[in-house]
Amino acid sequence: MDESIYLDEARDPLIIAEGWMKDGKDVAIATVVETWGSAPRPVGSHLVIDAEGNFHGSVSGGCVEGAVVAEAIDVIDSGKARMLEFGVADETAWQVGLSCGGRIKVYVERLG
Amino acid sequence: MDPYVLKTLNEERRARRAAVLVTDLGDGRDRIVREGDHVAGDLGAAVARAFRTGNSESVAAEGRTFFLNAHLPRPRLVVIGAVHISQALAPMARIAGYPVEIIDPRTAFATPERFPDVALHAEWPEDVLKREPLDSYTALAAVTHDPKIDDFALKAALDARCFYVGALGSRKTHAKRVERLLALGASADQIARIHAPIGLDIGAASPAEIAVAVLAQTIHAFRSRGLESKGAVA
Repeated sequence: MDESIYLDEARDPLIIAEGWMKDGKDVAIATVVETWGSAPRPVGSHLVIDAEGNFHGSVSGGCVEGAVVAEAIDVIDSGKARMLEFGVADETAWQVGLSCGGRIKVYVERLG
Repeated sequence: MDPYVLKTLNEERRARRAAVLVTDLGDGRDRIVREGDHVAGDLGAAVARAFRTGNSESVAAEGRTFFLNAHLPRPRLVVIGAVHISQALAPMARIAGYPVEIIDPRTAFATPERFPDVALHAEWPEDVLKREPLDSYTALAAVTHDPKIDDFALKAALDARCFYVGALGSRKTHAKRVERLLALGASADQIARIHAPIGLDIGAASPAEIAVAVLAQTIHAFRSRGLESKGAVA
């Protein structure tokens, strides 16, 4: 159990996103905004992505991060936020599903 | 996300202050709400709930959909006194989600043998709290009975607005303590925040039962924080 009461700055996605921004990088922030059933990461979890596809954090147990990173690069280009949905009932689930059987909604937005 | 909003949010999180990030999922606009800020209507009720529970959620309000991301500092419990009660309190509080630190300058009490797997400081509270200041997401329980050890920490906890301040001792002991804290410069309003005798009144008799009472009172104080003091003079 992680018992630190302070931020783990080296691994904290929002701290990393701020650092990237200061380095002049283009950044997208993905956030789990809704979950149904057994979802691996709680609502509010973040994945942060830069324009080269580097990422930190997680929105699932690793099942859908690849798809979110690809979408995030489009969001960085267009500047237009997107709402993504992943789950077993979803058509795309056959490619990038959640093995746990849950469903999640992920909001992807550009920083700035 | 607005870059300034991210910078502000991270500042609040680094300083162990609570914040709720409110994002309008329709147009992407976002803003930071700090604990105690007034937000009107249904959105305000949802923001208050987010501060109280620490849960993030999507909510419909004013014909729009908002995402509320609650960023609450992890609460912790600082115990002054490496005594019998603390030996029971430390593991119970940790299981309940409140990491514990124990401070007691008496090296005969503050030993790792008596307190395995607990952050333990065999030092004066004055020295430890200078390094690791108390804050409003910290609870403090003073259980040594010794004014030389307890008093400074109690005054520091009141000044730091700890969400819970408890002190072991009978009403008679506490009456004497109140006189000493007044002499140290504590106000009557501050002193009224001290829970003494310590712990919820469950008829606790043994040290472990007193620990249950203290932990229950700490949890109650955490989950009702901000509710009882609305409109009170800070």
